[in-house]
Amino acid sequence: MKKFFSSKPFILTIGTLAIASLLPFGVSDYILGVLTTAFYFAVFSMSWDLLFGYAGEVNFGPTFLIGLGAYGAGMADSLLNLPVPVCILIGALAAVIGGVALAIPALRLTGPYLGLITLVAVLLLQQVIVIFAGVTGGEIGLSMPDVLSVNSAPNYEYALAFMTVSGAILFAISRSNFGLILQAAGQDPIAARALGFNITKHKIAAFAISALFSGLSGALLVFYLGTASVNAVVDIAIGVRVIIAAVLGGRRTIIGGAIGAIFLIVAGEILRPLGQLSTLVVAIMALIVIMVSPDGLLGMLRARRTT
Amino acid sequence: MNNGAPCLEVTGLTKRFGGLVAVKGIDMNLHRGEILGLIGPNGSGKSTVMKLIMGIERPNEGSIRLNDLELAGKPTHQIARAGIGIVFQHSRPLHRQTVLENILLGLLPDRLTSLIPDQTAIDQARSIGERCGLGDVLNRLPASLPFADLRRMEMAKAIARDPQVVLVDEPFAGLTSSEVKTFAALIETFRDEGRAVLLVDHNVKSVAAMVDRVLAMYLGEKIAEGSAADVIADPTVRRVYLGGGLEVFYGKAQALENIDLIVHEREFVSIVGLNGAGKTTLFNAISGLIPARGSITWQGDVRGKQTPAAIARAGIVQCPETRELFGDMSVRENLDLGGQHQSKADSAERLEWLLNLFPILKSRAGQAARTLSGGEQQMLAIARALMMRPKLLILDEPTLGLAPVILGQLSDALTILRDTTDITVLLGEQNVTFALPHADRVYVLEHGRIIWQGPPDRFADEAGAAYL
Repeated sequence: MKKFFSSKPFILTIGTLAIASLLPFGVSDYILGVLTTAFYFAVFSMSWDLLFGYAGEVNFGPTFLIGLGAYGAGMADSLLNLPVPVCILIGALAAVIGGVALAIPALRLTGPYLGLITLVAVLLLQQVIVIFAGVTGGEIGLSMPDVLSVNSAPNYEYALAFMTVSGAILFAISRSNFGLILQAAGQDPIAARALGFNITKHKIAAFAISALFSGLSGALLVFYLGTASVNAVVDIAIGVRVIIAAVLGGRRTIIGGAIGAIFLIVAGEILRPLGQLSTLVVAIMALIVIMVSPDGLLGMLRARRTT
Repeated sequence: MNNGAPCLEVTGLTKRFGGLVAVKGIDMNLHRGEILGLIGPNGSGKSTVMKLIMGIERPNEGSIRLNDLELAGKPTHQIARAGIGIVFQHSRPLHRQTVLENILLGLLPDRLTSLIPDQTAIDQARSIGERCGLGDVLNRLPASLPFADLRRMEMAKAIARDPQVVLVDEPFAGLTSSEVKTFAALIETFRDEGRAVLLVDHNVKSVAAMVDRVLAMYLGEKIAEGSAADVIADPTVRRVYLGGGLEVFYGKAQALENIDLIVHEREFVSIVGLNGAGKTTLFNAISGLIPARGSITWQGDVRGKQTPAAIARAGIVQCPETRELFGDMSVRENLDLGGQHQSKADSAERLEWLLNLFPILKSRAGQAARTLSGGEQQMLAIARALMMRPKLLILDEPTLGLAPVILGQLSDALTILRDTTDITVLLGEQNVTFALPHADRVYVLEHGRIIWQGPPDRFADEAGAAYL
């Protein structure tokens, strides 16, 4: 443990986070806004990595869990006028219930079949939102009476703090006994069972934890944006971005998800002058990184260190 | 040594896969401090018995009792915690974790709330690792270890929970003879610690020195039980025992070494070898399915880099051991696929000829390949290969898991094939009695090397001892 707290990557992470927390004193509101969104995306990707990288479950629909969190919180606010923290908890709870529901097919199906189910889950959620437009805001979106803050600096600090705490918890989980058992279950389920592990229990827990952080982050994101819309939190394209970010940063690392998400969103913003082309360029860049180093950006760093 | 009541008691164990009875009413007792060898050729059901005990497959009938606790039908993790450990032949270790952490995994509690391993568990993992001969490599990653050490690590994981019964699947496959000795010693320490050990292997020979008793299986049934010497002497065992299955090792173990092999046109060459000798690897190399060093000359030209498909179209067609039929397609469709590269007329003429060679396939033409019996599937696999009009037909273990009566039919078909066509055949077999009668020449493959070659009539005197 001690060795970990004095290791180079740890000190580097703390240093980066410390500098990040000071950014509101020096950079524009525009940049803070971009980073705020990026930080919530970072949590999406890290939660996804816990499921895919560790538990080995292919979840092609991260936005199912994110959307449940976002709309759960958004509807609690706009329909019930509950206090913001309560709305966020309701969103998180909705996501956890969704996560456990998703775990049930996951325990029967594997690989591409589970992937399909998770995709269908997203489409279903999207349809439900559009059909029940009266309460969900439909395709236009749900505008929220409350927001976290009207100023960009506090919004930024909330997001940074949330990402830091979530990242620390997810990272700790990945390195815990539970994380080890999860990896064993993901790589060789029969062998893991033969070692005496009830992998069903561990996988359900993994789905619940992943859903909890996805949902919390989704809820916080809509309170930052002030609206919940299908395009922002449910659309399959958003889910694909979350996945690309996690793979780009380096799967089975947790932290890689954050790096990949921030990279993707910041790069997208920098290239915004290119217009429609920017998405294409970012996608190609991501593709190149993944092809050069299947272990992602963190994998590249690790390879450089060992050679 | 067999003092007191058995610790593991299996009675009437039966497992059916669809219509196939893989295990039929097996009774078996295992005492503390005893090593029982469970042997049988490939497809005999011995691995299924092991999976049933471990709960990886659910038995249809029968009971499995560990100290009077009924385990049949329980989930694997409960069986593991009740006191049964298993050493898999192949398993995927955690690659980002050290050897120590891999062993530690076996010691972790099955709780979600346990976050950090306690020091006693770490110390215990270290001592288990040292006992299994991993003392020097505990902090290395599995990928950097030689094959034998990976096997040691599997052993260490299996005994981490201090099981009363240890199941070991083919402990010696892929190991060198000096490694075999150390592993045998390691398994004997399990027995000396009072555990009951079940060794699953193909041959009596490989386990004879260390087992207390042997149980031999064939086609799902027990055919003999007793001391190793008794089982070896048993007439039923001698009759059905074909030598063993086939095991191919990629990655760390070298499967073939410096093979020189010539097959002349219109010749029938048999390659005889026990399980793990390297027959399938050799065939896959010839068919271009796996990379190999060395050169392969085909019809006068040294073959360059070609895809397996191009090689097959050039006339080298392999009929693989696993048959690789398209299970949901009909017999006819399977055959038509083999004739895809020919004109309609050629294909139809060929089909006609094949259905005369294997009349049973005619009556099964519309049936899904999956529903055929093992023997019929084998005939279909051969017929499909012949549809491609091969110049060289490679038959890999066609007799695998087949009943003796089917062997006769298959043998007849090969005879007709030899007499009526100018096909060249390369046959890989562990069943010597099947391989010899057809062969013009015989090669004997052992541990990836050719150790003997010659005409079949000299085989029995010069190389036969190990195969009977």
